[in-house]
Amino acid sequence: MTTQASGDALVSLNGVNKHYGQLHVLKDINLQVKKGEVVVVIGPSGSGKSTLCRAINRLETIDDGDIAIDGKKLPEEGKDLAHLRADVGMVFQSFNLFAHKTILENVTLGPIKVKKVAKGTADKEAMALLERVGVGHQAPKLPAQLSGGQQQRVAIARALAMKPKVMLFDEPTSALDPEMINEVLDVMIQLAKEGMTMIVVTHEMGFARKAADRVVFMADGQIVEDATPEEFFTNPKSTRAKDFLSKLLTH
Amino acid sequence: MDAVIASLPEYWDGFLRTLYLSVISGIIALLVGTLLAAMRVSPVAALRGFSMFYVEVARNTPLTIIFFFAAIVLPRLGVKFEQFEVAAIIALSSYTAAFIAEAVRSGVNSVPVGQAEAARSIGMTFTQVLGFIVLPQAVRTVIPPLINILIALVKNSSVAGAFFVLELFGYGRQLSNDYGDQVLWILLGVAFFYLLITVPLGLLAHFVERKVAIAR
Repeated sequence: MTTQASGDALVSLNGVNKHYGQLHVLKDINLQVKKGEVVVVIGPSGSGKSTLCRAINRLETIDDGDIAIDGKKLPEEGKDLAHLRADVGMVFQSFNLFAHKTILENVTLGPIKVKKVAKGTADKEAMALLERVGVGHQAPKLPAQLSGGQQQRVAIARALAMKPKVMLFDEPTSALDPEMINEVLDVMIQLAKEGMTMIVVTHEMGFARKAADRVVFMADGQIVEDATPEEFFTNPKSTRAKDFLSKLLTH
Repeated sequence: MDAVIASLPEYWDGFLRTLYLSVISGIIALLVGTLLAAMRVSPVAALRGFSMFYVEVARNTPLTIIFFFAAIVLPRLGVKFEQFEVAAIIALSSYTAAFIAEAVRSGVNSVPVGQAEAARSIGMTFTQVLGFIVLPQAVRTVIPPLINILIALVKNSSVAGAFFVLELFGYGRQLSNDYGDQVLWILLGVAFFYLLITVPLGLLAHFVERKVAIAR
């Protein structure tokens, strides 16, 4: 579980700031994520971790600083931004599967419309992905007919279908019933093992211990600690992190 | 009653013209209205501003004034047309488009924002997000208000009768003059032929609404 040393940063945030009116939600964020790295972002709610995650594919705009993916700065709007987003997979807390499309169509839509992949090829690849996340037999159904855990796994398959360079997970298990959390985490752990670059905002400390290369702890819009899971969980440096962890571990 | 039966050919001709005016104006208004709604939710501030301005002006101006503008002012500005029907179509569709734009916009807003975010995340452009993800889901909520607007359009087309276009209402006026003693029957006949268009529209609304239901 050591940080991989090869190559430059795949995702790089430099001096990123964001305000919601008076509220300073991201304060001078600097974060570099290398290829193949799994970075888990944790912290109390309202600490800005979801905003950080969403800023990386510009679902949230930032006030200043810059964000680059694979050396390319995030474009402001339009076609260039769309191209760049195609390389960044995103998994949401509330799944956000396209409600009017079947499971299979949810996965093939991106490849067909954005990457102009032939339908036959897209269908075949999508089925393979759905099998991989364990929902292959659900392909002809509509999202509403699936359980939350199944929907979230489809959402992961949908993101993977674009063959992204990096995957962002914005609290992927927070909206799930407890018994469905593991089926989603298992898929994510598998993905991490296969070398996918991942930035995961989560409250699942088990996942952080098992799959993360680094843990980034945020509080009040700032990155307070950036350490290996070992270091962070056994020997947190800041009082903020100690406080946060003590609250978690008493249960 | 016999005045109505004697005038059936006129009624039929007026009915067809009203239908023609409504269908053509309806199609143009649907296209322009959807475009205006798309502009209203677009990331380009200038497009949003234009759409808002257009909608506010068009829907807050009495239809008769828009008719005057299309039939009398436009020709003076150099826009020439052979028949007043063209002016009627311009007036009806530009007026109705404003209402359609508002209905479509509220439909777009009814689609959870996560749907658009997910679509953007897989690299779709603004038009793709709207065309493949948001509008197809907005249709369900938009159909009932849209049909209301189209029914209003059919009835609004009667204003054209006052601008020398011989449609259902125009014939109605003419026939009331010809049969001064049976005005009530003549007007009931006119109303009946309007119902012949508007009632099926309402039934269509029910049908389409059930057809496009989406489970969430």
